[in-house]
Parts: sequence; C-alpha cells; structure tokens
Amino acid sequence: MSTQLKNDARLARPDDIYQVLIDAHRDLSADQSQAFNSRLVLLLANHIGDDGVIVEAVEAAGKGL
Amino acid sequence: MTQGSENTTATDFNYQPSPDQSAATPVRHPVVIIGAGPVGLAAALDLAQRGRKVVVLDDDNTVSTGSRAICWAKRSLEIMDRLGVGDALVEKGVTWKKGKVFFGEEQLYAFDLLPEEGHRMPAFINLQQYHFEAFTVREVLKHPEIDLRWNNRLVGVDNKKDGVTLTLETPDGEYRLTADYMLAADGARSTTRRLLGLDFKGQVFKDRFLIADVIMKADFPTERWFWFDPPFNKGQSALLHKQPDDVWRIDLQLGWDADPEEERKPEKVIPRLKAMLGDEVEFELEWVSVYTFQCRRLEQFRHGRIFFIGDSAHQVSPFGARGANSGLQDIDNLAWKLDLVLEGKAPESLLESYHEERATAADENILNSTRSTDFITPKSDASRAFRDAVLDLAQDHDFARRLVNSGRLSLPSTYSESALNSPDSPGFIGQMVPGAPCADAPVTTAEGQESWLLHHLGGDFVGLYFARSDETAESLAQLRESLAALEVPVRLVSIFPPGSDAPAGALIDSAQLMAEARYDARPGSFYLIRPDQHVTARWREADPQAIRGALHRALGRGLAAVDTETKKEGTAA
Repeated sequence: MSTQLKNDARLARPDDIYQVLIDAHRDLSADQSQAFNSRLVLLLANHIGDDGVIVEAVEAAGKGL
Repeated sequence: MTQGSENTTATDFNYQPSPDQSAATPVRHPVVIIGAGPVGLAAALDLAQRGRKVVVLDDDNTVSTGSRAICWAKRSLEIMDRLGVGDALVEKGVTWKKGKVFFGEEQLYAFDLLPEEGHRMPAFINLQQYHFEAFTVREVLKHPEIDLRWNNRLVGVDNKKDGVTLTLETPDGEYRLTADYMLAADGARSTTRRLLGLDFKGQVFKDRFLIADVIMKADFPTERWFWFDPPFNKGQSALLHKQPDDVWRIDLQLGWDADPEEERKPEKVIPRLKAMLGDEVEFELEWVSVYTFQCRRLEQFRHGRIFFIGDSAHQVSPFGARGANSGLQDIDNLAWKLDLVLEGKAPESLLESYHEERATAADENILNSTRSTDFITPKSDASRAFRDAVLDLAQDHDFARRLVNSGRLSLPSTYSESALNSPDSPGFIGQMVPGAPCADAPVTTAEGQESWLLHHLGGDFVGLYFARSDETAESLAQLRESLAALEVPVRLVSIFPPGSDAPAGALIDSAQLMAEARYDARPGSFYLIRPDQHVTARWREADPQAIRGALHRALGRGLAAVDTETKKEGTAA
C-alpha cells in the first residue's frame, strides 16, 4: 500500500526521545499512562494534520495485534 | 403530570365514524398516511397543497404527551414555512443559536450556529412536540383534501402490486380500505413495519438517560448547555435547554446500571434535579422518562406501494436533533415525487429515488449520531481515555475543542450522489452544488416589497435566473415561455442586481449581493431547482436544451425502472 508515512530514521537523537517517552510514564499508574498516551496521540495527530499519514500510522501500529 | 398548557390550540380530538366504515367494499384512496405525528401531518399538508386527497389515520385521539422532540432546525422551519405553519412555530418557539459546553465546573467553549445574517429562519427553535403537532393539526383542518381520522388503529396490511389494503380497528369495529400509496409515519415502534415483518437492525447503546421537562422560572440564557462530568452528576453528562411556557428540558446521563423503573419515580428525580438547579429553585415536573438510545434504519424505505417516513424508517439518538428534523426532510423529499407520479407526469422510478436520497441521508444522520453517542458514552476503556484526553486538552488547545462532541446539530443533507442530479457545470464554487438544499437570502420584489428568496422557490420546479444587465422584457418572456412549455412546467424566478429596473414579478438582490454570493452567480447563471428546494442542475447560461435534459433526469427518467431489491445494503447494522 501507499507510503506517506515516513519510516526512515528521522530523529536526530533517537535514544534521547525514547527516554523522554519512558520517563514521562515513570510515576504514572496504568490508568494515568493510558490518559497520557491518549493526550500525546491527539497532540501529535493534530500536529501532523494529514489524514492519510494518520490512517497509515494507525494501520502500522495495529499490525499483528 | 400535566401536558400542554393553556395557550395552545386544542390537543384532544373526537373520533368520528367515516362513511368508508359502512361501505360494502373497501373504498379506494390515492394516499393513506398512518400516524398523525409531526411527520405524518406534514406529509398530509404537503400533498394537500398539491391538491391531493389524503386520508390520515391515527390510533389515538390526541397530540403526543410529553415534550419528546424539542429542537426544530432551520431546514425544518423552512419546510414548515412552505406548508404554511412556519410563522406560528417560530412565534411560539424559543429561538436559539448559541450554546456552551462545560467540563466539570469549567466552560470549555461557546458556539454560535448561525453567525451569518440574511436568513429568514433561525438556526433552531425549541418547541414542545405537542405544540408543533397542535399548530400543524390546525393547518391540516383548513384543508378539505385531508380526511383526518382519529382512533383508527392499523391491524392489517396487504401490500399488493396494484394497491395496499389496510384493515383498521375503530370504536365501531373493523373496516378495510385500499390505497394507491401508503405512507407509514407510525414512529419508532411502527405497526406497519411489524405487520410486514421487516427487520429494524442497528446499534443499541448501553446507557440510560433521564429526560425531565420541568416547569420553573429561571433566568438561564436561551442557549444549549451541555456538561461533561458536572459536579451535580459526577462521571456522567447533562443537558439543559429552554422551551416555551417556562418549560426546561433536562437530560441526565444515568449509566447502564441504573434501574429505569426506580429512576423515573419523583422521589428519585427531584433530588437529582435539586442537585443541578440548587435547593432554592422551585420547579414542577411536567414529564419524565428514562431512555436507552438506538441508531438503526430499515434496509429499504420503500416496499412497493408503501413508503416509510420518519422514525418508522430510521432512528437516531437525540444528541444532534436529527430525529424529527430528518423525518420532515423525508416528506419534503417524497411529497412532490408522489404527486407527479399520481399525476402521470413522472415514472415510478422517480419514487425509487426517495429511498436512495433519504437512506443516504439517514446513514449520514446515524453516523453523526453514533459518533456523538460514542463520545458521550464511551464503549471501552480506550475510548473513554481518548474522550477524557480530548476534554482535558480542550481547556488549553483549540484543536481539541473541535473534537468535543456533545451532538453535531442537524443540518440538511446534500444529495450529491443522487441519480436525479445533472453533472455540475465547471467553474462554480460554493455550497449550491447539485443536490444541495437552497440557501436563503434577503430579496426585494420589483414592486418594492421585502421578501426572502426561499419564499419564491419550491412547490414547483423553479428556474432561478440571475438576469443580465441588458436583460429585456422580451428576453425574459421568451425564457419564461420556454420553461413553462417543458414536460413539467418550470416556473421562472428572475433576480436582478440592486439598482436595476426589474420588471414586474422579478426579484432584486440585497445591497450586499447575498443571493449572488451564496449561489456563486454571475449575470446569466441559471439554477434548476426541485419542488423541495434542492438544486438539481446549474449552468453559467440558460441553455434550453440542457434545461430540458436536466428536468428529464430530475423526473426520474434518467433512471432505469428498478425494483426495490437491487439497491444497496443498509449500513446501520
């Protein structure tokens, strides 16, 4: 299928960003983590602002689940 | 609990036996409507205005009890205006266009549904269904073409190729009559649907809501107020909305586990309302009900000579006011088609377009209603997490306010995929595409009278012509005559720019050129408009050949005669 979703490495410091994500959840309960992730998804989806990219990302994320 | 109030018209009617009941063989009528609710009554009016004789049968002898439907959208008011009841409804109703959405104790945002000037009808009025019905019955009684029979309960239907035979039960026993066409406007629990054994499939929402209409003196503004998780109904939602006669609609989400029998008892309801309104506010309960919501539709809105209109065909949750409002659009769509087919001026295939256009509209309403209900009643932990995330973000982030869904309020459907439409002409922009409901605009008649564009459209096919500056009486007369001579006469409505010397009968656009702007018109632009005020074709020039072809198509002659089996599957399930 089409590929608007970029999957080459785009983060300058991938390990740092990965750690930012993990750290953000450090003191959260499972419910709080879900709330946090939901907010983050919405913020990023709006920032991307491209229906096609978002739909592709949703499909990619759901693969195998 | 009381019903109605002193300042409306009569709400109870008398059963009177019809001569049909003692006829030796069933008497045949061109159109029989089952159900004297808003949709059935409006259908009767629309057909009677076209000179059609109509029998309306209702199993009761009163208008509805309780408020039930309260929000009447602009398009419904435009339809009822065409049917002669618009002014009465607006005068009695509470006009509103603004709303607020709260989360907890905070206001998330406010909205205005009709920020644009230059429309005769408001975005919405609130009016109890019993008032709506009483005003409409009053108009119905003025039409000798309408034979309204109370206490006639449908108990049998025989749907044959050449006509429908109905069996009715009355206080004087059973009788039968036959109909060329039957309209089932008998509501969400349609008897017709049951007698025909038709499935009404869809989605039930596992939640319960308390709806209370209370009478109180209160100075809340005339706005729709919706709360997510208010302090007085923790973890649930609430709605407050004003109706005439100091009646207020309150809708409280209870959750699926609430016991409906318990929750409608005054000793349970009153403390809930006091928590919301405050201890000091005095109020009286007018009507209380505990509801579950469903979104569903019939797979086919037409079964041979039987048409399903309104809630008998489709049902939605009340968030969005898409129930009664879409029912009125159903009759707006069907009446002119039925009239032309009865007249022999259009083929049966025109009737098939009723299902195509209105089932698509129903799917749109169901989609919107389902989304609103999913937001208000999340069905999974993840869905609730996203919903709460939207509400949390909405306080600081503008984009999230757009995602808050407390009901996407009823807008008329554009039949953009309809087979009755002609392809759009290149170069037009804006919303008046083929299939769209016509926008209103303020105009002046050539005689100097202030008027509204929609008053001049509808009823018949209309050719809306934006006149050229060098237009002469002769060129207009020629166009008028060529339109009048078509297979179904098309009435010319010409509109001139302000300051021009418009001939008698023509309209003049407002100083702000609102008609020109809303129709993206240039001098010479021509719109072919259906009797239900939907655009069916438009051109930059009034070409008689093209107009003839588009009219032919709009009469269903471009469609193959189809039987009802071949059409698309319902998507409501």
